[in-house]
Amino acid sequence: MKSGLTIVLSGLALAATQLALAQGASLTVPKSIQAGSAFSIPSTGSGSATLYIIGPGQALKRDVQLGQATDFAAGTLYNAGRYLAVLSGGSAPETDAFDVVPAKSPSTVSFLAKPSRLPVGLHNGITGAAYVFDAYHNLIVTPMPVSFELSTPSGVVQRTVESNKGVAWTALDSTEHQGIDRFVAHIGDVSTTRIVGQVPGDPCGLKMSARQDGQRLDLATEPVRDCKGNAVPDGTIVTFTETFRGGLSTVDVPIKRGVAEVQMPIVNGATISVASGVVMGNQIGWGK
Amino acid sequence: MKKGTLLAATLGALTLIFVAIGTIWPSESALRNAGAQRSVLRPSSTPQAAVENLADQIRNKAWAKAYGSLANKAEFTQSQFEHDLTGNYPSLLTYSTLDKFDVRSLHASADEADMELKLHWATVVGIAVVTRDIHLVRNGDRWQAAWPVAKQSGLPAQVIPVNYLRWDVIYRGAADDWGSQDVEAPHVRIVDMHPVERADGVVILGELLNEDVVPAYVTISATLLSKTKTPLATEGSFDKISHLLLPKQVTPFLIKFPNASLADVGGIRMTPLSSLVAASADPVIELADEQLHPAPDASLTGQLINQSGQIVNVAHVLGTFYDKNGNVVWVADQYVDQALLPQTPIPFQIHIPEDLARTISSQRTVVATYQSGGNL
Repeated sequence: MKSGLTIVLSGLALAATQLALAQGASLTVPKSIQAGSAFSIPSTGSGSATLYIIGPGQALKRDVQLGQATDFAAGTLYNAGRYLAVLSGGSAPETDAFDVVPAKSPSTVSFLAKPSRLPVGLHNGITGAAYVFDAYHNLIVTPMPVSFELSTPSGVVQRTVESNKGVAWTALDSTEHQGIDRFVAHIGDVSTTRIVGQVPGDPCGLKMSARQDGQRLDLATEPVRDCKGNAVPDGTIVTFTETFRGGLSTVDVPIKRGVAEVQMPIVNGATISVASGVVMGNQIGWGK
Repeated sequence: MKKGTLLAATLGALTLIFVAIGTIWPSESALRNAGAQRSVLRPSSTPQAAVENLADQIRNKAWAKAYGSLANKAEFTQSQFEHDLTGNYPSLLTYSTLDKFDVRSLHASADEADMELKLHWATVVGIAVVTRDIHLVRNGDRWQAAWPVAKQSGLPAQVIPVNYLRWDVIYRGAADDWGSQDVEAPHVRIVDMHPVERADGVVILGELLNEDVVPAYVTISATLLSKTKTPLATEGSFDKISHLLLPKQVTPFLIKFPNASLADVGGIRMTPLSSLVAASADPVIELADEQLHPAPDASLTGQLINQSGQIVNVAHVLGTFYDKNGNVVWVADQYVDQALLPQTPIPFQIHIPEDLARTISSQRTVVATYQSGGNL
């Protein structure tokens, strides 16, 4: 019984001492700091206390000596956002808020380029959106110039756009020539590259010729090109239709080595037509 | 006690009677399940019975017994007879079973008869009906069928050069960040669409174009909306479409809404889906000598000619039928039950609803092909 009373009295005495030491404690927190930079938080008062820093995705706890500055090494706080500093140990906790802002120098650019494949000659067909991040993956919201560069087989198109709330975007025309383009977003010495394929459009001026080969008719198109002169890729389907009295024959043929070729039966008086997708080509009357 | 004994004796006697009845006069299904053949129980004493026995043996895949019963077996081997029914190469019939058959007399005399045998094969895509006219001769007190074997002309051994054209796809990796780019899905476009009211509901007909430069695996679904724009029903085209579309290729599609009425429909929402797939541009199939036949028995007939060197195991023919203004009025299809050998014409016939036949003035046909081994 005696020993219990001694413990309670000793505890009360210690608490009273701590309270006395922490009296008059306060914090001087910087209004904002850059993510990942070193900083210190000075305090006033005397005695010891505990400093808590709570923010987005991070919480720190430090034992501090009041009246001295508490130093935090570089990289301690790295998530941008609003933080709360709480000094605990006095009669009432001392609190203050501060901001951790993204670092000024960009480290990565996340670049969304759409589409990855489009026909030639399309106005504002290529769009790019660049998101600028610092080394700690915080979105840098202060405006900064982002350079977009589209390197095509026919030249380079460059455009500089100032980022707004961390994002810069642009729209560019696809050129008249097919090919693989490099679409690059630069900011400072940081860049990200995407590949955009410019592909031929619909066939244009589709034309075939016919030649008799025994009992069959050799049909072949001229090299199939789009309206800009690009070769339509191999594998594109060309439909040959032979219409005759009371019937017809059709063949869907893929272009190979630039042309579509097929053999069809010879029918006197037949009309042969050629088409690809929704594009019609020429017609040939055989034996009329 | 006496009552119990009487009941047990009655039940025992009834069981024995039923077993005897079932053994002496078995039902069709019991015979089939037991693997037994009707010819065992029914002599071929009439042309009808002879053809039914032959069909039963075909159903039971008792090839040796069926071949042994033929009058003209000296003209071909058992293997040729079997392949005549199931195909020389893997095809729809290879993996089918005979579901039922119909026998009809065409002509009969004392010693000769002609019968029509209609075989209903149950295949993975539905029933395939094969009709054979069979000549029968009387041999003593029994009739024997002369099987009309269709010998396939073999191709001379040769090498057919093919400039093999194929697309492969590399998708983004798991380690790529969220901003990184993936390969674009093929761009497809509905170029025609019409809802049609039929007796069994609403049908949506149309055509879909792959306007891209890469192959597309396509599906399409439609949602009927009420007058207040709330969804009434959603259906897909299932196999009434050619799922693989090469660049600039067009497929018809047909979507059925059973028991729906156009009067209740305020709108239709179409949802075409496309994805990139590895694909081959071959084989090339010629649709030769296509002809529209008017009602009655309206149909589109023609021949499929495989212009490539590889064997096509299953061919799916889809016909799009237009009126004189070029509007799609119907889409119909047929699976061809024979394999397409190189350069060998195989006939096809697509039936057209009688009421629509008069309005049809032109058509367009496409073929989807499948090879064993899973290649599209």
